Amino acid sequence: MRKILLAAAAAVVAASVSFGASAADKLKVGFIYLGPVGDLGWTYQHDLGRLAMLKEFGDKVETTYLENVSEGPDSERSIEQLARAGNKLIFTTSFGYMEPTLKVARKYPNVHFEHATGYKRDKNVSTYSGRFYEGRHIQGLIAGKMSKTGVLGYIASFPIPEVISGINATMLAAQTINPNIKVKIIWVNTWFDPGKEADAAKALIDQGADIIMQHTDSPAAMQVAAERGKLAFGQDSEMIKFGPKAQLTSIMNNWGPYYIARVKAELEGTWKSEDQWAGLKEKMLVMAPYLNMPDDVKKMAEEAEAAIKEGKLLPFKCPITAQDGKEVECKAGTHLDDGQVLGMNFYVKGIDDKIPGK
Amino acid sequence: MQLVLEKRAERSNTIALVSPLIAIGLTIATMSVLFAILGKNPIVALGVYFIDPLADSYSLQEIAVKATPLVMIAIGLSFCYLANAWNIGAEGQFLIGAVAGSWLAVKTHGTDAGLWVLPAMLLLGAIGGALYALIPAICKVRFGASEILTSLMLVYVADLLLDYLVRGPWRDPKGFNFPTTAEFDPVATVPILIEGGRLHLGAVITLLVVVAGAVLLGKTIMGFEIRVVGAAPRAARFGGFNSNRLILLTFAISGALAGMAGIIEVAGPIGHLQPGISPGYGFTAIIVAFLGRLNPAGILIAGLFLALTFIGGEQAQIAMKIPLDVTKVFQGILLFYVLACDSLILYRFRLVSSSPKVSRGVA
Amino acid sequence: MGLLEAIILAVLAASTPLLLAATGELVTERAGVLNLGVEGMMIVGAACGFAGAWLTGSVIVGAICGMLAGVVLSLVFALMTLALAVNQVAAGLALTILGTGVSGLIGSRFVGEKITTAPKLYIPGLTDIPFAGRILFGQDAFVYLSLALIIGASWFLYRTRGGLILRAVGDNHASAHALGYPVLRIRMFAVMFGGACAGLAGAYLPLAYTPFFIPGMTAGRGWIALALVVFSSWLPGRLVIGAYLFGAVTILQLHAQGAGLGIPSQFMTALPYLATVIVLVLISRARTGGSTAPAALGTVFVPDR
Repeated sequence: MRKILLAAAAAVVAASVSFGASAADKLKVGFIYLGPVGDLGWTYQHDLGRLAMLKEFGDKVETTYLENVSEGPDSERSIEQLARAGNKLIFTTSFGYMEPTLKVARKYPNVHFEHATGYKRDKNVSTYSGRFYEGRHIQGLIAGKMSKTGVLGYIASFPIPEVISGINATMLAAQTINPNIKVKIIWVNTWFDPGKEADAAKALIDQGADIIMQHTDSPAAMQVAAERGKLAFGQDSEMIKFGPKAQLTSIMNNWGPYYIARVKAELEGTWKSEDQWAGLKEKMLVMAPYLNMPDDVKKMAEEAEAAIKEGKLLPFKCPITAQDGKEVECKAGTHLDDGQVLGMNFYVKGIDDKIPGK
Repeated sequence: MQLVLEKRAERSNTIALVSPLIAIGLTIATMSVLFAILGKNPIVALGVYFIDPLADSYSLQEIAVKATPLVMIAIGLSFCYLANAWNIGAEGQFLIGAVAGSWLAVKTHGTDAGLWVLPAMLLLGAIGGALYALIPAICKVRFGASEILTSLMLVYVADLLLDYLVRGPWRDPKGFNFPTTAEFDPVATVPILIEGGRLHLGAVITLLVVVAGAVLLGKTIMGFEIRVVGAAPRAARFGGFNSNRLILLTFAISGALAGMAGIIEVAGPIGHLQPGISPGYGFTAIIVAFLGRLNPAGILIAGLFLALTFIGGEQAQIAMKIPLDVTKVFQGILLFYVLACDSLILYRFRLVSSSPKVSRGVA
Repeated sequence: MGLLEAIILAVLAASTPLLLAATGELVTERAGVLNLGVEGMMIVGAACGFAGAWLTGSVIVGAICGMLAGVVLSLVFALMTLALAVNQVAAGLALTILGTGVSGLIGSRFVGEKITTAPKLYIPGLTDIPFAGRILFGQDAFVYLSLALIIGASWFLYRTRGGLILRAVGDNHASAHALGYPVLRIRMFAVMFGGACAGLAGAYLPLAYTPFFIPGMTAGRGWIALALVVFSSWLPGRLVIGAYLFGAVTILQLHAQGAGLGIPSQFMTALPYLATVIVLVLISRARTGGSTAPAALGTVFVPDR
């Protein structure tokens, strides 16, 4: 086995001499993706962000990505491979890459790292994430108005704080419109299984939900809602194509502006480690057009969006009563502080269910 | 006239030596065509896959790290397969081993427990994996339930158990509820061999397992029994060998090795327990076992070689923007060629004029 | 629409890809060949099925493309295991790796596209019958096809000479060969049938379930189909029951969650797999002398002269 490898080596070395010459002055930017770039959801949006950044800087940058990198033992190697290949700025786009990113960062102090949705930083590691709950608040308001049965169907992936805070933000907002609103939650234990997401949507509709919300990545639920004549909210990306008469709006992850800003800082030599937790105001989240709703509801949604952008509307405004009837401590005075939202592990009053594993 | 396959009187040692070379040659030829279709320079691409990872110590270390669990699991599986016991649930045993060993790491976290923690974790991992492997084995010998199916089903169950534990009881209290345990303490971590690299003690343990496997198979009565039961079950029965006992034994061995691989991976390269600790090691190891012809030395080479294609595939994504799917196709084709060429060790082609009359099956 | 009716409709749809793939694998295994590559053939079927339907606008063309893709992949497997006597477990796993790659390569350019799914049957009068109407007369063609296929397979296996020979080949290839039957050719056809069914099962997902293609969308259904075949102890009647039972557990656990029963979701998700193990043990235990697996299942056959 070795012999033929070595025999072929000479020819290859000769061939690769001409290969390595190009792209000397360009800033190399690397990306680690959890799914395939074509997952239509989480990774797809990150890749759109990469492409937007590439378009902005053109010849000045060169990007490389590794897709389908599992969050297990392979991720540290994948990140290090990008660092070794000369990438000076590396985005690792899933929570599970947190420890590997930090480990590699310690070995490569001159490379800058950006870890999405994590909470541990270092002098060359920044973190960034979206305030997804802001979009959930708007969806909750719309759902409160639009639901005739008073039952929302929620397809949830995994009981992590990001998902739980989304459910709570939705319900807190919906309760301001309809105090008796109910939510039915199905945990599918996957980010991504179109068939199962479709089954969950069907089950929720069959149990009386007339508005489907999801915290999973594929447009399957949207399409089921459309087929059954119900309404739904998209997730991660624009899903209107899969439910032209069903989609009310969608929380779209918009990483482009952030990637552009960070690459710009890197090019100008002003990059420094920070924590960017951005929402509608910074356009890290963008709401898809408000459709399939009466004008007054649309107006309400737009006003809420504007108020959130201006900082006048706080989705986790106190007082907030937890499921057990106790009032939640208000660490930021008028509202819950970021730590409480980032670590949220309780349901608010009015949710008639239990958090799995609690 | 037709071309038929027939069994050789004895295995061909010549083919045994050259068949991997033929297989790699065929793979290179096929992939060159595919690369050309994709508009990539085949010579450069093949260089990135096969040569670049061998060119520096970092990549060599990474190959060893990647091969460690594959080889360790595959050695255990080879025992099963030689004895005609079809354990395809090593993935589940890997996960349960990781869970069992991690239990101790979680319990001793933050205490001043001594150096005994890591050895105890490895032991627990091996026991956990062995016990989990014994479930399908017992179902098989006691009830006659197909071990292929039960061991496979238990993979999903193990996956969900791990998921439940790290999202519930074992979750890091300081981890914002994210689904991982706390980082293991230094005494619960597999030591690194070379400063600054990732090569860890698990690689050495794996080498010991390879040697032990070779001795056990080649030099002991148990090894002899395993080979006889697998090759000639009827003869083994007349010889008084208890095939049920061997099923239990080989399942326990392969479960223990898979479980140990699991805890080494968690306490080594990962450093904490979390969902998704295995990118399918248990299944890939099945292929490694067969590529290595169920022979310890062969498995070591096969494991390293498969690891090379993983590392090479990653470097191809970086250097040449070759999509990951191409690497999968590449691995699939390579596996088929190697398996097909290996077949010629035991069989040969012959041109015959008429259809055969007398025959027997080769089980 | 009542809740029970809705649940039955959902179960029928969720079970159909499982039943399709398992039917093919049942026939394959009855001929003595264990093809663990069902998942790989399914995912390629999904990619090619979607590609065919998107390019031509016809679900039927898509279904045919999916089947053909499954057949092509199964021929690779047949070449390896039958012509070259490669171990079937290893070849099946390699087939899944290859299939995942091929499907990604083919499918990547269709990501984000949408097609019109297979229409549901509508017979005025019949489909409108309360409760039973939609269940019996309101499905898409795949649902009826899957039932027709398993009935056809059952008829073939037990009522025809060809089926008798196929089972004989699976139970004792040496005797079948001695009697002059072309063992390898029969097995090749069985493997191809398995490939066609798996390809069709994969194509069902983008053609009828969700109108788009995403890499990896089969999400382990091929492995469940393999489990079903053993669960059924290689009997077509039990296979139908098993497929619908598995679909039912999947759907009911979602409903139980929606109803807020508060059982850990991981436990609910694990339930079908645990159920399979338990049922398998019970079935095997009820019978003396081991399981009813085709005696030559998974073994290599090389005619000896």
